[in-house]
Amino acid sequence: MRKQLLLGVEAIARGAIDAGISGVYAYPGTPSTEITEYIQEAPETADRGLHSQWSANEKTAMEAAAGMSYAGKRALVCMKHVGMNVAADCFMNIAVTGVNGGMVIVAADDPGMHSSQNEQDSRVYGKFALLPVVEPADQQEAYDMTRHAFDLSERWELPVLLRVTTRLAHSRAGVTTRPPVAENAPRYPTDRRQFVLLPVNARARYRSLLQKQPALEVDAAGSPCNRYIEGADPALGIIACGIAYNYLMEAFNGHSPHPVVKVGQYPMPRDLVERLAARCRKLLVLEEGYPVIEELLRGYLGKEPVSGRLDGTLPRDGELNPDHVAKALGLPTRQGMPIPDIVMPRPPALCVGCSHRDVYKALNEVMTEFPGGRVFSDIGCYTLGALPPFLSIDSTVDMGASITMAKGAADAGLSPAVCVIGDSTFAHSGMTGLLDCVTENAPVTIIISDNESVSMTGGQDSAATGRLEAICRGIGVSPEHLKVLMPVPKNHDELCRVIRDEIAFPGVSVIIPRRPCIQKAARDKKKSKK
Amino acid sequence: MKTDMILAGVGGQGILSIAAVLGSAAVTNNLYMKQAETHGMSQRGGDVQSHLRLSDRPIYSDLIALGTADLILSVEPMEALRYLPYLKDNGHVVTSSAPMVNIPDYPDEERLMTVLRSLPRRVIVDADALSRESAGTPIAGNVVMLGAASPFIDIPFEFLERGIEDIFARKGDKVVESNLKALRAGRDFAHQSSR
Repeated sequence: MRKQLLLGVEAIARGAIDAGISGVYAYPGTPSTEITEYIQEAPETADRGLHSQWSANEKTAMEAAAGMSYAGKRALVCMKHVGMNVAADCFMNIAVTGVNGGMVIVAADDPGMHSSQNEQDSRVYGKFALLPVVEPADQQEAYDMTRHAFDLSERWELPVLLRVTTRLAHSRAGVTTRPPVAENAPRYPTDRRQFVLLPVNARARYRSLLQKQPALEVDAAGSPCNRYIEGADPALGIIACGIAYNYLMEAFNGHSPHPVVKVGQYPMPRDLVERLAARCRKLLVLEEGYPVIEELLRGYLGKEPVSGRLDGTLPRDGELNPDHVAKALGLPTRQGMPIPDIVMPRPPALCVGCSHRDVYKALNEVMTEFPGGRVFSDIGCYTLGALPPFLSIDSTVDMGASITMAKGAADAGLSPAVCVIGDSTFAHSGMTGLLDCVTENAPVTIIISDNESVSMTGGQDSAATGRLEAICRGIGVSPEHLKVLMPVPKNHDELCRVIRDEIAFPGVSVIIPRRPCIQKAARDKKKSKK
Repeated sequence: MKTDMILAGVGGQGILSIAAVLGSAAVTNNLYMKQAETHGMSQRGGDVQSHLRLSDRPIYSDLIALGTADLILSVEPMEALRYLPYLKDNGHVVTSSAPMVNIPDYPDEERLMTVLRSLPRRVIVDADALSRESAGTPIAGNVVMLGAASPFIDIPFEFLERGIEDIFARKGDKVVESNLKALRAGRDFAHQSSR
């Protein structure tokens, strides 16, 4: 069969379709976005009527997937690692209820922070929730393990977390697919108490989850995702997780002289690890992200002879690469010519003609009149307003934090407290913060820079498009202090005037500068030509 | 056979179209390929790179180790230099000569060209002009660049031609033909200039 060239994330999407999902739920986030986009474009989605529309945020996505699983169907939910924080309330509790139809949660971690605020390791969430985690090393495994994860989920009646990191997510290779399985027929939970987490039920469910733990270890030891690979030289034993296995194989050209345990399913396969530890004098752990396995094996006192990211054998932060792993194995590495001094950094920037540029130009001009003021911002293309030439914003923390941090700072006496948030981020996590502001009539000036798109991730539809004014009015923003205008150079003075006036108003103001994302507009034009 | 290459450019310049042709060539001819690319924030006009590995044997790492790349193929001259630490001792640099100036401190172009010309094995291509000459349009510049890199990619030139046909087929015969011309013009230029 001819191989298909797929990104790691596309292989996950293909695996999910072939595993008979009835829908995918997601909010865009690099490096997870293309999973949902692939499913949206796949012919089966139209043929089978699969759900694939974007959700307002990761929490609503995960809850909807839980509902689909409740109805007996297989559901996929996808997000970037920090999306797990948004969905954590659902995640921790759906682990306790368990699932009905198979439910797989994809968390795409971003070590090295290519497009993120931190490099949290989602395997920790898996352990926190006491759930199985699968972690593919390559594109073929991404496909196979997605299908495996759905089977695993239904076997144990638990959600399964599939963890992938940026490099595999966005690397392409040939993948062989297998014939698809049919979707599940509807089948509701036989025990009505399963999903009712009243304390009396929750205690019983939690005990059932705890009782499954030893069996999950046994399952992992026999899983096709985990393997013990014998090696002639027991001076070192290597545990390689996920994509780190590729760097190990690269270093030894496909054949490690040392025994290896390749880990692709957690909890850790105890039998395999014990066998490795008994055979080898010391252990090296190769894992992308946090030193999760290394910490587990070393113990707090560090008496076990285990090396990895904690003892400096590998860097503690950032992404792994073949050079790091070769050095950790004591192999020689090379280096080409140095980068000539003439090469300048080329940071990302707001596009020429982007509406956020007009917003920041006006905001900067007005803020020079208020040296005591601060601008709280949020996550999206407009975060680039933190870089030259704008230097407009003072914060970017988490989705929606612009509004709520502005409110808290205003509560503390900061004036003026201004915030800049995008339309999609507002729909994701800004609305509840606005409600807090309205409840207390906080003196904050909120700019929702509306480009009618989730732009940083490639121009997905924003849940608030066409509804922002109605949402703000519904939350209780006074119509006199809800201003909409088009951010273009000829409206610069008008935009400055509106910002100045609303800063002067000692209550909640919302200014909506609205102009479609120029990238999305160009793409839509191209699409309509086809 | 094995070729490890870094594709370089600036977000928005379409280096992935080059990767798509190579990908099609690899899959059609049962070669192994891995190609790691940059998505997300850096696509907004920042520097972008893709590690592309082709081989007739299984490939393990998605990333190329430092000092081991056979080729740097860049569609922007300053970006060609950013990845020199990846290039092996006798590796080649094939770059477009057209600067993409979207930063205030972009280097002086004369000096940049001097540094590029000082590299031992390099092909510097006026992709825009070659695209106009061969294809009658400036938009086949990336295909010209692929053609110029083709002597240093260890697969038969015909594979690349079939790749072009596959990738551009849905745009019609005329587009396929002009891109084939661009590919050959790039190759011919590389042969002349490395002679």
